[in-house]
Amino acid sequence: MSVLKECKLSYREDIKIFQTNFSLFWLYSFITFILIIPFIVDRHILSLLVFTECAVIGAIGLNILTGFTGQISLGQAGFLAVGSYTTAIFAKKLGLPFYITMPLSGIISAIIGLIVGLPSIKLKGFYLALSTLAFSKIIEHLAYRWVSLTGGAFGLDVPPPSIAGYYFNTERRLYYLFIVIVFFVIIYAKNILRTKVGRAFIAIRDSDISSKVIGINLIKYKLLSFMISSFYAGIAGSAYAYTLNFIAPDHFNIFLSVEYIAMIIVGGLGSILGSIYGAIVITLLPETIRIIAGKMGTLFPILNEAYLVSKMQKFIFGFIIVIFLLLEPTGLRGLWERVKTYWKSWPFTY
Amino acid sequence: MSSKGMEIFLQLFISGLALGGIYALVALGFVLIYKSTGVLNFAQGELMMIGAFVCFSFMNLKIPFYIAIIMTLIVSATLGFLIERIFLRPMVGKPIFAVVMITIGLSEMAQSIVEIFWTAEDRVFENPFPKEVISFGGIVISQAQITVIIVATLIMMGFSLFFKYSRLGIAMRATAFDQKSAQLMGISPKRIFGFSWAISSVIATIGGVLLASITWLSIKLGSAGLRSIPAAVVGGLDSTSGSFIGGFILGIIETLAGGYLDRPLGGGIKEITAYAILLLILFIRPYGLFGTKEIERV
Repeated sequence: MSVLKECKLSYREDIKIFQTNFSLFWLYSFITFILIIPFIVDRHILSLLVFTECAVIGAIGLNILTGFTGQISLGQAGFLAVGSYTTAIFAKKLGLPFYITMPLSGIISAIIGLIVGLPSIKLKGFYLALSTLAFSKIIEHLAYRWVSLTGGAFGLDVPPPSIAGYYFNTERRLYYLFIVIVFFVIIYAKNILRTKVGRAFIAIRDSDISSKVIGINLIKYKLLSFMISSFYAGIAGSAYAYTLNFIAPDHFNIFLSVEYIAMIIVGGLGSILGSIYGAIVITLLPETIRIIAGKMGTLFPILNEAYLVSKMQKFIFGFIIVIFLLLEPTGLRGLWERVKTYWKSWPFTY
Repeated sequence: MSSKGMEIFLQLFISGLALGGIYALVALGFVLIYKSTGVLNFAQGELMMIGAFVCFSFMNLKIPFYIAIIMTLIVSATLGFLIERIFLRPMVGKPIFAVVMITIGLSEMAQSIVEIFWTAEDRVFENPFPKEVISFGGIVISQAQITVIIVATLIMMGFSLFFKYSRLGIAMRATAFDQKSAQLMGISPKRIFGFSWAISSVIATIGGVLLASITWLSIKLGSAGLRSIPAAVVGGLDSTSGSFIGGFILGIIETLAGGYLDRPLGGGIKEITAYAILLLILFIRPYGLFGTKEIERV
């Protein structure tokens, strides 16, 4: 009987989001925790958490494309830039409210995503990575040089989001606003992946030849994946614009794309939960390094130099990517699953 | 075209050739690794940068330029070997995404190492090439530029001879062509992979030192690596002679575009041309001018 309890008897049961009441309980506790955090931490940490929320949206988007559909993209920064600039331009020049600019950023980014995705019909692997890299470089160039639209190197400032005269102009207000958006983003992503579309994505990732043979329209689903992913990136970019209140071209260099890829590698490819873990770890990493270096500074005075610390960040960043790929390719999520199964069956190995 | 216009054109053409020589060298580095190990090394530009900085440090110790170069090449060959052994060997057979990301991770680490040890400021790289410029008919060429063009051509010729006649070169071609058969003939692919990385790192270093000589020494040298990828793709990612031609084509087009289009289109054209060409070539002919066409109907 206990075996039957462990087994799933129907497909519907297998794809259920909450497999057990226990996981539902944890989810509720986690949500409560998230909702009361702003009253516990100080403003600085809270502003980092707002950035984390933006990163979660973008990381889920990238994971849909790279983790689930298996298309390598080095162009996430480009999509984020499109989203940010759309928001900045419409909010500043036309004075549109955020509930219009944000979806608009997503849609425009998705259209660009469709164009950038076109080479994926013919290319894969390194070549696709290169074409997305080229796209991202071209977007960066436009942001610098199309001065009449983007303000060039000086950038654009963005008014705070507001609903009916209520301004989301503090970290706490933004935090709660974005929590709602993140919530919908996660639900939507989870649900896409439970449908025919999501199964097609995974099939394409695992073997494009066999998925073509069983009748999956590769062109349609690859482009769809690009569009959904860049829609998410557009929303994330819009959220960034509202958080920073100011955007400039140098926010969106290749390093940002690498940061997003690091998120999904560290968190776990092909996992929504993994994207969330990864976004949290990578966004909070610089701050953690700073705190550790500050503590170590009493022991090793050389670490007190802020300059050195900022340089170390990049090293640790690259190091984390390399170490995870070499030693833990399934990311934190895989690690967590392994630890969980180990304790479930303890003291037996299996 | 007026004689003034002709002069400008030739001037741009010559600087394009010099830039193209560097691109050709870096592209050759990409191609060597891609051809024998199937990895596109995104850290190629960083290898270049590290090479130039190491050479700079040797020269700061008052070691004469040519001895410093030889010492640098030994250091970079060792570095190439080590990178392959430690980071790339465990990745054999892993998905392409993981391999791409590991080289990107390495490039981040390399950048940070250079920033920590040498700081990020721009420096003049003291080169031994005579300072006087040569001018004929109004066109001015620095001797460093001429050296770059000549060295790049010599290295390319050297490598085509190496691949044609030396045992190691033939073994590398055999491994690239068919790994299993090569293994059956007694070639160790692991050894070949190590040598490919070492040689590629040496070429990158030569490119880095030359580039530092015609521009200056800075952390930005690494970005020349990314900008040479289009050259490698235009020539064909698995064609050594293609990388040579691709490098020169890219260098010339970039300089000409920078020279003529910068003013009407508002600056920065030189940096972006390479990527525009990359997109174009990926759409039309992804295997490049001289690469092998892979046939796959999916």
